[in-house]
Amino acid sequence: MEAPALNYLNNGHGAASWLLTKDHKRIALLYLASITAFFALGGFFAMMIRLELLTPAGDVTSPEMYNRMFTMHGVVMVFFFLIPSIPAVLGNFLIPIMIGAKDLAFPRINLLSWYIYVLGGLFTLVAALSGGVDTGWTFYTPYSTAAANSHVITAAVGIFITGFSSILTGLNFIVTIHRMRAPGMTWFRLPLFVWAHYATSLIMILGTPVIAITILMVAAERVLHLGIFDPALGGDPVLFQHLFWFYSHPAVYIMILPAMGVISEVVQAFSRKNIFGYSFIAFSSLAIAVIGFLVWGHHLFVAGQSTYAGLVFSVLSFMVAVPSAIKVFNWTATIYKGSVSLDSPMLYAFGFLGLFTIGGLTGLFLGAMGLDIHVHDTYFVVAHFHYIMVGGAIMGYLGGLHYWWPKISGRLYSEPWAKLSAVIVFVGFNLTFFPQFIAGYIGMPRRYHVYPPEFQVLNVLSSAGASVLAVGYVLPLIYLTYSIFAGAKSPADPWGAKGLEWEIPSPPPTENFGITPIVTHGTHQYAPSKEVGVV
Amino acid sequence: MPTNFPLFPQQASAQAGQVDAIYFFMVAVTAFFALLIAGLIVFFSVRFRRRHRDEIGVPIHGSLALELLWTFVPFVIAMGMFGWGAKVFFDLYRVPAGAMEIFVVGKQWMWKVQHMGGQREINELHVPIGRPVKLIMGSEDVIHSFYIPAFRVKADVIPGRYNTLWFEATKPGTYHLFCAEYCGTKHSGMIGSVVAMEPAQYQAWLDGGPADGTPVDAGAKLFQDLACHTCHQQDSQGRGPVLTNLFGSRVQLQDGRTVVADEAYIRESIVNPQAMVKAGFQPLMPTFQGLVTEEQLLQLISYVRSLSDAGAAPGAGTAAPTQPQDRSTLENKR
Ligand code: HEC
Ligand SMILES: [Cu+2]
Ligand SMILES: [Cu+2]
Repeated sequence: MEAPALNYLNNGHGAASWLLTKDHKRIALLYLASITAFFALGGFFAMMIRLELLTPAGDVTSPEMYNRMFTMHGVVMVFFFLIPSIPAVLGNFLIPIMIGAKDLAFPRINLLSWYIYVLGGLFTLVAALSGGVDTGWTFYTPYSTAAANSHVITAAVGIFITGFSSILTGLNFIVTIHRMRAPGMTWFRLPLFVWAHYATSLIMILGTPVIAITILMVAAERVLHLGIFDPALGGDPVLFQHLFWFYSHPAVYIMILPAMGVISEVVQAFSRKNIFGYSFIAFSSLAIAVIGFLVWGHHLFVAGQSTYAGLVFSVLSFMVAVPSAIKVFNWTATIYKGSVSLDSPMLYAFGFLGLFTIGGLTGLFLGAMGLDIHVHDTYFVVAHFHYIMVGGAIMGYLGGLHYWWPKISGRLYSEPWAKLSAVIVFVGFNLTFFPQFIAGYIGMPRRYHVYPPEFQVLNVLSSAGASVLAVGYVLPLIYLTYSIFAGAKSPADPWGAKGLEWEIPSPPPTENFGITPIVTHGTHQYAPSKEVGVV
Repeated sequence: MPTNFPLFPQQASAQAGQVDAIYFFMVAVTAFFALLIAGLIVFFSVRFRRRHRDEIGVPIHGSLALELLWTFVPFVIAMGMFGWGAKVFFDLYRVPAGAMEIFVVGKQWMWKVQHMGGQREINELHVPIGRPVKLIMGSEDVIHSFYIPAFRVKADVIPGRYNTLWFEATKPGTYHLFCAEYCGTKHSGMIGSVVAMEPAQYQAWLDGGPADGTPVDAGAKLFQDLACHTCHQQDSQGRGPVLTNLFGSRVQLQDGRTVVADEAYIRESIVNPQAMVKAGFQPLMPTFQGLVTEEQLLQLISYVRSLSDAGAAPGAGTAAPTQPQDRSTLENKR
């Protein structure tokens, strides 16, 4: 199909046509630009950390500066990159198209959510530029309320504000998925990417208000000396940890579920085969969203939480691992007897499978109470969650970006470079984070500015890996940008994939569909016709 | 202390072997599954690689039997890991009877240690091998975490309450002591060493160190200096309750609750007396918050505790054990 003269990219020029747009596709691009900027910022902080840790002594930064670096790294990456990444960019762009709609249910709210995000981001930038925060992204009390001598309030307000952006996005998605599906797009024909975002949106709506309130209470105690968390004022410092993790554990699923949705799509497309066990994948997303709310206490095994509460949190944490295992097995089975092509999105998806599997399995170590006592708050934990959040979520994000880039930009990028960067990211990632498992088990605590010399070799490996990883992340920025100007024009369906998004031109017209499509079967049905039963 | 390039921590406590056993078990099981998945993916993508441009896969929609298999098997394995992990946890937290007690106070950025014989240390902890040691730990400011990797033990040290930790060192040597909970600027400087010694050498160390009076003696002196004795007298003539045999007993509170008089209760009675008023008494006791340091609080507590150790005082007679055991943390009982 030849792209029509008018598409969402050239339909309107000038700043106002972008900044006041109500088109979900343009808003997705606004998000893409802003989260990329924050990713670069967060990455800069990470490089400073790895630079400091090259030697045991504190020779690059002062301790104050180091503490600000890892705090800002966490705050920026979690709240301003990972949480919005896949939902706000790929979800925003694709959900309406995938269900055969012209836009999200509330286009103006969609734009508003971007402005809220930017406002929250500005607060965080101000906090960073005026000296930073040194509480860790976890803001543990009473340090954050009574002791910390940095810009806690500014950063807290930034996070508080940004939370509303994710609440509004989640709300928009849920309403859209319920109300805007094209005729024939039944729940069990929905692409799994949409199911994953449905589950994610539930967490965004139910969890985010809790972190917002908690952060507000920290600010209130800091400013007004209300005794909520500080025992000197009659508060309970561990209460904060409960509230914080009640959101922040599910937040991990806000980051990983959308990536799982991407992987489901990519694995099907590059095996030319529908998913194995559709409903098991769909419902495991919901199971993760629900059980994920009940495991927060696994962060408090050594905080003096009651042993019996600990037991319940531990058993639930082991249970939440099962739906993830189900997904991994189903993805693997999907490849079986497929027509497998190792294009760059598929390489990223395989990278995801490898890294997410390691990240998930090492989570079991932390859920086992007796073992967690030893590894809690060490580099073992740091390695574990980076395998999930960087190895899993960012690999998924990059895989999705490569898969849908021809649709988003209307251009083809250089496939050899993309393959190379997928390999570099995978190798660099493992080199960075695998040594941290070992350092953690030997006992290196996290958030250490100086450390005993026996940990140096492992830290040097980590820092070397981080430089490789950085190359892997900069490459896509270059060749994807280059493709916008010089890439070949993409056909509507460059991969031979199946799904509504591949039936409309690349880039899509502003209204997505000239006439609303009528859906007769699920996505990724490559074999000729035959309506499918659902397993 | 090894300065070369270790890949595994030393095992220097009775618990270390237990923790490492579950660790190796989990490494083996998870490595098996990770390699299985990786192997299948590589094998499938070679075996089923696309051979011509328009090739499509064989439509397979799933298999209930397989789904049940890979739901059930991981579930059973996960439950096994849970059970084992919980067992180790209980063993690591149930303090054996007769453990030697030591007070630890964390503050930005140092560890202060007080032995029952009166010896004090900073950022060092001397312990004998072959004997269970129980640490009773409080914080003067923010949350810290007491961590000895070679012993595989760790517990948060939280202001406003006491957490306990126990271990039995098995190998003489000097081991790292780390603060594991981020506590501000010099968090990574809040480290020290644990010195495990043969009992004889330990005794020599105890004898050699300058002892500035035991915590009980210091507490008794504070009890006079802070005028506690004016209200808490030996007989029931004072305005406050008799403290003899209080420790370890059950206390009936005015609001109807019954609590065990443990370290946390006594601490709360001193810094926040209005929070737990004893039934039958007026809330007359002033708060001593800010007037006593964490270390002095521990001394007062050990003094009050010593009034029960004697066990002979008539009147307030309960037969509760003087040192309640089997407490994962004192918090649990509240
Ligand atoms: C003005 C008199 C007064 C002074 C001084 C005083 N107390 Fe008390 N104390 C009381 C009264 C009355 C109670 C019982 C009511 C309550 O529980 O608050 C009490 C309760 C207690 C309890 C709980 C006893 C129980 O049986 O439950 C402890 C422990 C205690 N005080 C320790 C101290 C210590 C240690 C000091 C000195 C630092 C001190 N008190 C100073 C009046 C006093
Ligand atoms: Cu968690
Ligand atoms: Cu610390």
